[in-house]
Amino acid sequence: MYVAVKGGEAAIDNAHRLLAEERRGNPDVPELTVAQIREQMALAVDRVMTEGSLYDRDLAALAIKQAHGDLVEAIFLIRAYRTTLPRLAVSEPIDTNAMHVRRRISATYKDLPGGQVLGPTFDYTHRLLDFALAAEGTADNTGPAPAEAPVERCARVTDLLNDEGLIQGEGDPGGPVGDITRAPVTYPCDRDVRLQTLARADEGWLLALGYSTQRGYANNHPFAGEIRMGEVSVEIVPEDLGFAVCIGEITVTECEMINQFKGSKTAPPQFTRGYGLTFGFGERKAMSMALVDRALRGGDLGEDVVAPAQDQEFVLSHGDNVEASGFVQHLKLPHYVDFQGELVTVRALRAKAEETR
Amino acid sequence: MSAAPMLSVKDLTHWYGARLGCRDVSFDLWPGEVLGIVGESGSGKSTLLSCLSCANQPSGGQVLYRDRTGAMVDVHALSEPRQRLLMRSDWGVVHQNPRDGLRMGVSAGANIGERLMAVGARHYGDIRTGAQDWLGRVEIADDRTDDLPRTFSGGMQQRLQIARTLVTHPRLVFMDEPTGGLDVSVQARLLDLLRGLVADLGLSVIIVTHDLAVARLLAHRLMVMKDGTVIESGLTDQVLDDPHHPYTQLLVSSVLQV
Amino acid sequence: MDTGYNYAYLDEQTKRMIRRAILKAVAIPGYQVPFAGREMPLPYGWGTGGIQLTAAVIGPDDTLKVIDQGADDTTNAVSIRRFFARTAAVATTEKTTEATVIQTRHRIPETPLREGQMLIYQVPIPEPLRWMEPRETETRKMHALQEYGVMHVKLYEDIAHYGRIATSYNYPVLVNGRYVMAPSPIPKFDNPKMDRMPALQLFGAGREKRIYAVPPYTRVESLDFDDHPFEVQTWDGACALCGATDSYLDEVVTDDAGGRMFVCSDSDYCGDRRAAGHVGDQGATAADYVRVTEAGQ
Repeated sequence: MYVAVKGGEAAIDNAHRLLAEERRGNPDVPELTVAQIREQMALAVDRVMTEGSLYDRDLAALAIKQAHGDLVEAIFLIRAYRTTLPRLAVSEPIDTNAMHVRRRISATYKDLPGGQVLGPTFDYTHRLLDFALAAEGTADNTGPAPAEAPVERCARVTDLLNDEGLIQGEGDPGGPVGDITRAPVTYPCDRDVRLQTLARADEGWLLALGYSTQRGYANNHPFAGEIRMGEVSVEIVPEDLGFAVCIGEITVTECEMINQFKGSKTAPPQFTRGYGLTFGFGERKAMSMALVDRALRGGDLGEDVVAPAQDQEFVLSHGDNVEASGFVQHLKLPHYVDFQGELVTVRALRAKAEETR
Repeated sequence: MSAAPMLSVKDLTHWYGARLGCRDVSFDLWPGEVLGIVGESGSGKSTLLSCLSCANQPSGGQVLYRDRTGAMVDVHALSEPRQRLLMRSDWGVVHQNPRDGLRMGVSAGANIGERLMAVGARHYGDIRTGAQDWLGRVEIADDRTDDLPRTFSGGMQQRLQIARTLVTHPRLVFMDEPTGGLDVSVQARLLDLLRGLVADLGLSVIIVTHDLAVARLLAHRLMVMKDGTVIESGLTDQVLDDPHHPYTQLLVSSVLQV
Repeated sequence: MDTGYNYAYLDEQTKRMIRRAILKAVAIPGYQVPFAGREMPLPYGWGTGGIQLTAAVIGPDDTLKVIDQGADDTTNAVSIRRFFARTAAVATTEKTTEATVIQTRHRIPETPLREGQMLIYQVPIPEPLRWMEPRETETRKMHALQEYGVMHVKLYEDIAHYGRIATSYNYPVLVNGRYVMAPSPIPKFDNPKMDRMPALQLFGAGREKRIYAVPPYTRVESLDFDDHPFEVQTWDGACALCGATDSYLDEVVTDDAGGRMFVCSDSDYCGDRRAAGHVGDQGATAADYVRVTEAGQ
């Protein structure tokens, strides 16, 4: 009986001590440093930054260490920290056209201005365990990487299509941009709020939903128009200066999906888009997000909303892994008052059934 | 029939973007009258019905309804709460697919009872008696009261929907192909039942159907629609036995006479 | 305070935002006010809504009591009480009568609350219509138009199938004759205590980002039928420790052979009664009970 009438305090203290011991593991093995996690588990750090919605590699690495490598727990730590931070300024929109591109591919054109840049990718690796890594030696294919100059400023594929009028425009709808961390989401919601929610959403959730659209649940025939990863600068306009100043550089991954659209009563046939963006190198998530974003636009485009991925309330209200993890795990909390209520009811119902038998 | 119409429709028009749904439809419906709207699929009859029954906001025109106090109200100018109140109390809709009109997850009794509870009934015994009374009137046995609609046949589901609609004694009922999707023998039984109920309750009904046999059996008066407009209207026998418009002649000649 | 955080954790802007939501909630009893819930350092579903409310209303002069399942010493209650002791340097108590703010999960204390006290409920699912209609766009409309017939459908089905209303907790109520409200998963045994309660009742759902309230002395009616009136749970026996017959009892399994005893879920109420000399009719003493419950640790 872990929920004792007395003893809760002591039990919690003991649990915390055991947890600290588990985190450290065998003390004969050297302790991981935050710097090691930051540098050598960079993709885990990227995911924690994206879903924790805080761009800070060191804090994300610390959270991963503190969470024993449980990324959802690490994301929770980051969120709970970020929510207390003062909001000093709101940045200007980042300009991904001006990205220092380290990876840039398009599945829609063989070659295009700026070219295809493969960059650091798992694609085309053979997934064979590299035992050289286990021996803590250096793996194959090391040696200095070829000095590939980052590509400066190249137009996006969707802009090329836009010039021809073949793709739905993305004009600024005007009005203030929503902020899901400062205003509760109410449905139905606009694309700004949808994209924010998707950007923080669990990667696995988006992956599964995006996958479902490819398997016929709201299929919209996607092409990976462009995926690019690299560095962009972040600018703010301080009130007393009145012009933009750069406050730093972040790494982002952007994906624009191009989708077929048959046209509607009001719009001629054209391509439509889905958009995905993550902090760091998060290609899987960016692509999934773009698929789901497009699926959620079905309603605006006059398509029938029939599949789960097209259903705003379903997609957006279940994608936050901090919320989901908390609520699923709250089932561990004592429910014995309610259970007692059910016991009393079931016993009464059974007694009544006995009587009438 | 009373001298004042119950429903007065003026120049009702609906566009779906650039595509026409229906155009310039005007008619009056008198208390106790059954009006049939016939035409092929795509002729605009379902659009017209959805505009009349407030499922759709028409692009133009008016639907005036004489309420229980005798006042004429413009139903599309009503606030949503008053529209919904009208739907709960004075009006009823029978959908072609019973699933659209029933709550499939709760028992037959609760399906009928819900309409009563929605207008304030709070006595379980009375609600249940009312529900069973109506199950009887649509020829569903008492011992099915607590069963879910999904265990019912198509014909039974449709009868349940009719009971659910009529239990609150609406004055005006809209029916959209109520016999569609049913076997011929089941259709006949349902039509018989409907004709009896409509006559007993003195209901005003607007029924949309592509089946002229259904129209002949139930409707006092017919409107024939083609390409979104009414091309001919009159007493049912007149329209069916002596059609004037070439399209109506074609329609009548292309179906078996009943 | 040993934290690098603001008083009671939340920054003052956030507290003001929550207070505005509370004022609106008090002005419209039973109406769910959306608020921009923040991430808290405790998981969603573990009382983040209640904690945000408490953080927004608590001050250094307050005395805080936290209960879970009616008891002050359940692990989650301990954890939340510690959180505020640490971040708000607030006095804590286990005495219902001494508390100015009581945060609760799943119970209302047996000792009647008085004016000036605040009862803050942790709410997992604030929408009482959710089980009949999952869509918020639709439930908002149903509330606005007071279309509540569907709530009785559930009760109707219970009676049709079981001969009685089988909902035993989170039993829906009508507040001030206007809004149907989820009372949070308290047992229906506690529902009558909400009616015209002298204390202010606040409800916080952190994950769902909703706040609602029942102001003091407001009518709270449990939904029912004229011929099947609302009724609460009863037990055949009394509390094994204090002999109370008017309190909500928890069932404690005492051995592998099916041995059971029933004790007050409200640990403060039970303690007070024992201190006043009441003894349970099974003759069990408090010492027996503690031995039983600590054995599993």
